[in-house]
Amino acid sequence: MKASPYLVLALMLAVCFTLASSLEPNAALWSNRAKSNNVFSLLFGDGRRMFANEFFTMADVYFHSGYYPSIFDLREEGTKEIVAESHGHTDSPEDELKEDFLGRPKDWIDRFGRHFRITEHTHLEHSHEREILPWLRLAADMDPQMIETYTVGAYFLCQHLKQPQEAEAFLHEGLRNNPGNYEILFGLGRLYYQNYHDIDRARNVWQLALNCWMKQDSALQKENKLGFEEITVNLASLEREAGNYQDAINWFQAAQKVSPAPDALQQQIDEIKVKIAAQPSPTNSQPH
Amino acid sequence: MNTIWALAGIVIKELYRRKDFYVLFVLTALITIATGMVNFFNDPKIVRYVKDICLLLIWISALLIAIVTTARQIPAERESRTIFPLLAKPVTRWQVILGKFLGCWLATGIALFVFYLFFAVITGSREQHWPWLTYLQAIWLQWAMLAVVIALSLLGSIISAAPSSTTTICFIAVAGILLVGGHLNTVALHQSQPLQTIFYTIYFLIPHLEWFDIRDRVIYDWGLVDWLDCVLATLYAAAYTGLFLLLTWFGFRRKSLNT
Repeated sequence: MKASPYLVLALMLAVCFTLASSLEPNAALWSNRAKSNNVFSLLFGDGRRMFANEFFTMADVYFHSGYYPSIFDLREEGTKEIVAESHGHTDSPEDELKEDFLGRPKDWIDRFGRHFRITEHTHLEHSHEREILPWLRLAADMDPQMIETYTVGAYFLCQHLKQPQEAEAFLHEGLRNNPGNYEILFGLGRLYYQNYHDIDRARNVWQLALNCWMKQDSALQKENKLGFEEITVNLASLEREAGNYQDAINWFQAAQKVSPAPDALQQQIDEIKVKIAAQPSPTNSQPH
Repeated sequence: MNTIWALAGIVIKELYRRKDFYVLFVLTALITIATGMVNFFNDPKIVRYVKDICLLLIWISALLIAIVTTARQIPAERESRTIFPLLAKPVTRWQVILGKFLGCWLATGIALFVFYLFFAVITGSREQHWPWLTYLQAIWLQWAMLAVVIALSLLGSIISAAPSSTTTICFIAVAGILLVGGHLNTVALHQSQPLQTIFYTIYFLIPHLEWFDIRDRVIYDWGLVDWLDCVLATLYAAAYTGLFLLLTWFGFRRKSLNT
């Protein structure tokens, strides 16, 4: 039996790939170089960033269980739904209609072919959200400066999979790669507030996030108003819970300046004012 | 019929004597196991990416086995001049075509069964869930699709003398149909004449192999395809297979066998 050189080469490539994937975690400990670089940056250099967006899209494809438009389907390029979900957005009936990229079958081939395809718009739930994580991990490895990877990954780890420690580690990794990024700091603050119920730490981190947001140039500030609103509204909610009503009002008023729905925030301010008014005044209270 | 089975038996023996299948299987197994061993966020229940990668490798391997095995059948017989004693048996040219087709199709089916068994063991051990009927549908539809591919490769091997060029052309054609075939109607809508008519003609002429790809249903646990649709798809594949075999026979019956 004579082995074909191409087949032997293919087998050797498979062995190399297996060894590389199993040795890579340990190899990180062997040299100082690995402290700043992962296997992808060593292999692909800066070219790896091209793949990061593809992997992030794959996470969105998995989130939709395969119901996803191809490059041939005409659809407006908007925010990915995993990103929208991490910002607390849920689909309205109009959104659902927009996402029906298939439309009516064009002919009998198209109609029959749909019996084999996925034609239903769903989102992962009941902890199946974990399936998007490998793609987010790969996207982060490919492009450590892609902020959305960390914030989306941490959101799903915390809110859906109840793994706050993993989320915290992922956000810290993001912060090491992107020092002073307000979005990651906001995610970290949310984790301390919602999962650890550590109000002081959450307040400090969110205030740091706000400072980082302020340090951006005015053009970026205009572009990232949503970030400012998210931080200030969450700070306001935190202060309200802590009983610091005046601070809460101040944060809500700051949020009103950029919010697309200032009336809803005004309603919250009014509610706090009612609470303040209902509180007994310290001068009138009788010492026991 | 015995002659056809005898010819098919030789092709099946060739599959396990050659190393193509073993190398592709080891390659698939190694890559799947390696990717399955990667730890993502300390969550051992993540499984869909393993299914995705394993099924992709199975599809590529099965296509390679089917096209490469088929493309060399008749050229190899002509090259080694064994085609002459074979046709002197007496075996008709139609029986040679059918025997070669059946052998390649059964050999690919055996390979496919081994691949899917590995897939079921690997994914089942991780998610503790074995949807056998879905796997059965996936194998059957893929095997039906491979019948069309094998018949197409056999036709290619009659037209082109070199197996390498047949393999390359068939692989490009099949990959093109799988990736773009189903979207040609959408592309045609945005073209001006006469391109629109050309795209539509191609769209209605090509065998729509993408129907038989139900990997997404397996990966995302979407459940079974309606059995009636499976039967109709099988008939569709059988029609195209028959057409390609007929064209192969037309070509082969007039072909001079001297190299």
